[in-house]
Amino acid sequence: MLKISIDKLSALYDAIAANNELILPVRKAGVVDYASYEEGADVAIDTLKTAKSPKNAFFPQFETLYNVNKKIIPTDASAEEGACEGAGVALRSTLSVEMAPLVDKDFVIFGIKPCDVKGIEVLDNVFLAEPVDNFYKARRDHGILVTMACNEPEESCFCSAFGIDAADPSKAKADVAVWMADGNLYWKAISPKGEALTESVKSVFEDSDEAAVEATKASIEGILAKLPNANLSLDMWGKGVLDDRFYSPVWDEIFKPCLACGTCTFVCPTCQCYDIKDYTTKDGIQRYRCWDSCMYSDFTMMAHGNNRNSQKERFRQRFMHKLSYYPDKNDGMFSCVGCGRCVDKCPQSLNIVKVIKAFEASKAKEGQA
Amino acid sequence: MSNVIDTLVPKVGVITGITDETPDVKTFKVNAPEGGKLFEHMPGQCAMVCVPGVSEGMFSITSSPTNKEFQEFSIKKCGSLTDTLHSLQVGDMITVRGPYGNNFPVDTVFKGKNLLFIAGGIGLAPLRSVINYCIDNRDDYGRIDILYGSRSADDLVKLKEIQEVWMNVPNVNVYLTIDREQEGWDGHVGFVPAYLEEIGFSTDCIGIVCGPPIMIKFVLQGLKKLGFTDDQIYSTLELRMKCAIGKCGRCNIGNKFVCKDGPVFRFDQINELPPEY
Repeated sequence: MLKISIDKLSALYDAIAANNELILPVRKAGVVDYASYEEGADVAIDTLKTAKSPKNAFFPQFETLYNVNKKIIPTDASAEEGACEGAGVALRSTLSVEMAPLVDKDFVIFGIKPCDVKGIEVLDNVFLAEPVDNFYKARRDHGILVTMACNEPEESCFCSAFGIDAADPSKAKADVAVWMADGNLYWKAISPKGEALTESVKSVFEDSDEAAVEATKASIEGILAKLPNANLSLDMWGKGVLDDRFYSPVWDEIFKPCLACGTCTFVCPTCQCYDIKDYTTKDGIQRYRCWDSCMYSDFTMMAHGNNRNSQKERFRQRFMHKLSYYPDKNDGMFSCVGCGRCVDKCPQSLNIVKVIKAFEASKAKEGQA
Repeated sequence: MSNVIDTLVPKVGVITGITDETPDVKTFKVNAPEGGKLFEHMPGQCAMVCVPGVSEGMFSITSSPTNKEFQEFSIKKCGSLTDTLHSLQVGDMITVRGPYGNNFPVDTVFKGKNLLFIAGGIGLAPLRSVINYCIDNRDDYGRIDILYGSRSADDLVKLKEIQEVWMNVPNVNVYLTIDREQEGWDGHVGFVPAYLEEIGFSTDCIGIVCGPPIMIKFVLQGLKKLGFTDDQIYSTLELRMKCAIGKCGRCNIGNKFVCKDGPVFRFDQINELPPEY
């Protein structure tokens, strides 16, 4: 275990930034989100919950996949003027495709919370499953996660329901675990990548020992135990519950306030749905992917119709996917990490906690009947 | 240029032939620019066909893998991408990526069996790949019955191939029908499900069904009446797709992604899914 005084954190940031892009919570126009460490950046390292999750670092909101260069060949062109043949026919137009470059430089995400680290694990099961998404994998290969204990978990937090320990980030699948305690930041490498990073910034640290963060851990555990959703039960969810939950009458009522704005999906660290679209450029087309939302009516719209016509069906899809379909495919792992962003951000106060509790209440009612 | 090949990044294909099948269906012959096929596939698999700047969509590969020279897509004009595809000409380039999804079990479950194909309209496109594969490996399969119907005689896709090739293959029986009486048509008139019950196929075969959802629904009821069970009937599903590799979330129903876990399913498997297809 190493330590550095909180007053000197900028020395640590500079040391990390010397060899890596450094991404950390930065306040811009009053809102804190993960952003690059640049001169004059208003770093807000004590932020519990950034507005958006850090998934953007691995699965950006917009990214170019490839460019297509398009050339129209005049119908009366002669050989000298560029007429050409392909596959035995005279070509009317040619296309060439160039894949966008993959990330090839290391970057460090500093201050990522254990719930958001778990969120990346959820995304790994999607993007690293065969066939591997190379754009995502390149970022995972080059990304180094420095995860931080949550000193003051809030009412909307419910990570413990998913077995996440906000007091002990060294249990997270990250590279370095850090704690803020009594005016210091404590640093512990928890992977070979983390050890290499530690080696490169070692000069800014003083030695310390594990005991220094015990009191902070205990204090966090105390807060976690008292959170309103500390005992949220997921007993009704997981593998093999598809039919019972899908056809439940609970859905008929609960979706009604939903505005279909998609905010929940954009702030969610585990939502992975995306769209692929074209942007017309001077020489052809830039094909990019961007976040999309299963809450939108055109998400499943086809020329011959829509297989999820109502908001009830779309609302049900989002929660069934997180609590039943994804666990079915991933050995019981939920596609929710209890970060509580949807709880904070939904303008209609709809969220996954409400869904889970509505099902519990309906079961209790059945039991009484 | 990057050396990595990603499944989201397509190949360039040349349209080397276009056949007008019906007033709203064209078959596009596609080759690699250097000649030959863009990739190998199995019957039932699909590919993402794209007109850059317009859109990309999943289409079944209608040619059989036994065709070593080119691949074909039979495409019905019904939306913005398909409208644009229909405006293209021989010599135009498109992008194609694939093949995607599973295939009909032609080399395992189907082998040695009698096969009953039931198609409606453009639903023949995915089945044609299987039918031609079985015809080209004729000895590997038993009796082949093909029941195909469309709105009118003009809407029967690949009619020339059906009459000149399929009808002349030993132990292949073709039953054609159209919805309404039409001048010059002396074949059967009536909907596919009704004709199915009229013919009354025996259950000693595997059923393979593709067509509009309403036809599939009634064909299924008809097959059940004849004594067929769900686990001897196959179909191929279609939902909106963007990535084609089970990641973008669009074609997710229940714990399946139609692009990756399908598109080919047995009806006992389809019955386990939420009814969102």
